[in-house]
Amino acid sequence: MNVDEVPQDQRNFKEGEKLKKLMYAVDKDGKYTGVNSAGWEAENFATKQAWDDIDEELARIEAQVLAGELSPIPYYMQKNLMDVALLAKYMNKWEWQIKRHFKPSVFNDLEPAILDEYARLFNITTDKLTHFGQDKKENHQ
Amino acid sequence: MSDQAFQHYQHAHCESGVTANLLRHEGIDISEPMAFGIGAGLFFGHLPFLKIAGIPGTTYRIWPGAIFKRVAQRLDIKIQTQKFSDPAKGMRALDDALAAGKPTGMLGSVFYLPYLPEAFRFHFNAHNYVAYGKQGDQYLISDPIIEEPALIAPADLIKSRFAKGTPEPKGFMYNIISTPKTLDLAKAIEQGIKQTCFFMLSPPVPWFGNKAIFLLADKIKDYPKKLEPRKAALYLGNIIRMQEEIGTGGAGFRYLFAAFLQEAGTLLKRDDLLQFSTRLTKIGDDWRNFAYHAARQMKDRKSDLVSYDELSDLLKKCGQQELELFREMKKMKW
Repeated sequence: MNVDEVPQDQRNFKEGEKLKKLMYAVDKDGKYTGVNSAGWEAENFATKQAWDDIDEELARIEAQVLAGELSPIPYYMQKNLMDVALLAKYMNKWEWQIKRHFKPSVFNDLEPAILDEYARLFNITTDKLTHFGQDKKENHQ
Repeated sequence: MSDQAFQHYQHAHCESGVTANLLRHEGIDISEPMAFGIGAGLFFGHLPFLKIAGIPGTTYRIWPGAIFKRVAQRLDIKIQTQKFSDPAKGMRALDDALAAGKPTGMLGSVFYLPYLPEAFRFHFNAHNYVAYGKQGDQYLISDPIIEEPALIAPADLIKSRFAKGTPEPKGFMYNIISTPKTLDLAKAIEQGIKQTCFFMLSPPVPWFGNKAIFLLADKIKDYPKKLEPRKAALYLGNIIRMQEEIGTGGAGFRYLFAAFLQEAGTLLKRDDLLQFSTRLTKIGDDWRNFAYHAARQMKDRKSDLVSYDELSDLLKKCGQQELELFREMKKMKW
């Protein structure tokens, strides 16, 4: 790739435009040099697609939580890009225990200490965790 | 302590970038491509059975930690590495190192680094960055993939250094203890090239080295038959991201390695290395061409068999050219 071919296609999602990464390209004398790039269409598309997939799944889970089918735990798990295995590691629990907490009935009876731990991990207040959707605007930020 | 003394330079890749920045601080003027090449960073691997978030793993580089370690060994640089089970101890050790004026390399998760744009913050636990001082209780971070140094709060740094998942960084940190009076770059370059050839050509299993490029090409051919269009697009997307997203310098580290071959060829006055560099640059262009067409295929999400066949052929072309290149490189006389 020549220096003048280094793409400058800005990523306009999730603060992606803030980073201009370094790439290596060949100048007119054939010498390698570092060049900053705002992004490349092909790569931006791949990254955006991965995020869209996550966000679509998050919206599906949100609807289920609001419908009372799931507890808020799977919502915040997805929001933090975790899966059950990773969440279990962070919570120091078995995967089946985490999955039980997905049930609204089990979640509603969880000890405050466990709720606090979840909230700390998800970087929200315990109040926000237990009052899902009552603060709709903030959830969508 | 003199935090002014540490110079942050932006690089393409985190580990070779940290290696170059730490060495420069010690007065060893080494470029990122040189660190990457001596550390034999170039590689390829495809692991259909090792799924991350449901997507098979693909890598264009050697495993984390290898580059820094190999560069240190090959240049006779003494290093100290530490791991911790207790975060408090890990942070204390960092504070001690910084108080002693030692910039410290660390391994951590990208997800917990608020100074990076959200677009790139996934649970990738093998990112490298340097802490070189403190401002109040915040840490001064030199992260090679960004343009300027950043600040991070202790709570976030702890989360990053002690992230869970695979691999677990466990607060891994590394310092340079001493450097030699003279550097034998020629010997180190030779060792880096020989090892790269060995890793590309010798693995007896299909998942690693040059063979894995052909394995991936075969898998891609089957995507439209075996996967629903959405999944096929996500699989392709992941390959593109591993190849082109932050940290590779373009074309899945191929340009970075070509830059190394050029610098080595100039330094050692060897035309063969310069020619290998030119060839690898062209192969890199072919990798980019593959990514470009893969992205177009993703956009359509049509399970149109012909285009997947074409993508597979584009990849095989890269694999075949690299096979010939590394076979010739392996025969070089030193």
